[in-house]
Amino acid sequence: MSVISMTVNGKPASADIEARTLLVQFIREQLGLTGTHVGCDTSQCGACVVHVDGRAVKSCTMLAAQAEGAEILTIEGLAPNGELHPVQAAFREHHGLQCGFCTPGMIMTAVDMIRRIPDLDEETVREELEGNICRCTGYHNIVKAILAASQEMR
Amino acid sequence: MYQFNYERPKTLADAEALLAKSDDPKILAGGQTLIPTLKQRLAMPSDLIDIGGIKDLDFIRAEGDAVMIGAATRHAKVAQSAEVKKHNPALAALAAGIGDPAVRHMGTLGGSIANNDPAADYPAACLALDAKIHTTKRLIEADEFFKGMFETALQDGEIIKEVTFPHPEKAAYMKFRNPASRYAMVGVFVSKGPWGIRVAVTGAGQNGVFRVKEMEEALAKNWSPDAVANIKLPAKGLNADLHGSAEYRAHLVTVMAKRAVAAAG
Repeated sequence: MSVISMTVNGKPASADIEARTLLVQFIREQLGLTGTHVGCDTSQCGACVVHVDGRAVKSCTMLAAQAEGAEILTIEGLAPNGELHPVQAAFREHHGLQCGFCTPGMIMTAVDMIRRIPDLDEETVREELEGNICRCTGYHNIVKAILAASQEMR
Repeated sequence: MYQFNYERPKTLADAEALLAKSDDPKILAGGQTLIPTLKQRLAMPSDLIDIGGIKDLDFIRAEGDAVMIGAATRHAKVAQSAEVKKHNPALAALAAGIGDPAVRHMGTLGGSIANNDPAADYPAACLALDAKIHTTKRLIEADEFFKGMFETALQDGEIIKEVTFPHPEKAAYMKFRNPASRYAMVGVFVSKGPWGIRVAVTGAGQNGVFRVKEMEEALAKNWSPDAVANIKLPAKGLNADLHGSAEYRAHLVTVMAKRAVAAAG
């Protein structure tokens, strides 16, 4: 066991954990932030995507210890004052979710791609969603929501 | 995951010292292959030495006729690098096609080649571009580096520092990827440069990445997709799994080689 510390959604977080603790376990089980989901646990589905120092990563495929000292942003940190982030609002507006299981990862991936790519088009959005799987929507409304949010945030 | 001891050295010297005193260590770079492997309990290292905190291993530098890339440089950084795009656009495109965006934010060049997965992308680039692999102990030519499935010339305690990619005159990488895993079913990297002409194939061989001399000789006489159109690899020695038979992969090698030569121009 050893103590690791990082900043999660702007607040300091630290815990005494086993080296084999995954970042997603630290977030969900130590911090109780269960908005980040574990879908496949094999790096395929993207339900666990969070931002580490501003970059989208799969938190099921990273040790908590690798994030020592890092700034982590989870879905809970997107709307700190209760007002939806533009990407969240666009997902609601465009029906970008059904069961909602993949949604936290989809939204964190969307926020990351909008930050990196100023002129998103449909093809690029679909390529960028390569690592996020949704089994309900058929992706059409997710793509619409991301394009709309991208316009809104420009 | 089995238990292990975790270390995050700040310098290469510290990493080497930690490796030397560990029973059965593994080097952790981006972890995009190693962590899933540990989760499945397919590996049981005593110690994980995380080189992700060593700043000296994360760089891209163009010097003379080559681009040097640090071993712990992420795929996303290589894909976006102005230097790589300018001098070696095929390499930038290869990096941009590995896994998905989140994987590219973590995975590293050194991790990819040290692991030498038979379906990984970077080994094909190294072999086709006559890359030089610099380690803490020596310089290894790409031709001498890849020894077989998940096997390399690396010795215990040896850490990759950087890879030198000489600029090609022409190059392209074409991958037919598995739609689920995004690994190469077959990927073919063709190049023309000071080293001559090279054709490197990943994804297909049971022993990992390999060169196709027959295609290289045909392209030396006639650099065009037609030159490789009728060269078929024997299916013997190629991978067969639920995604495709050895015959299918042999067919894909020819198709991807044609496309790569066409793309290289």
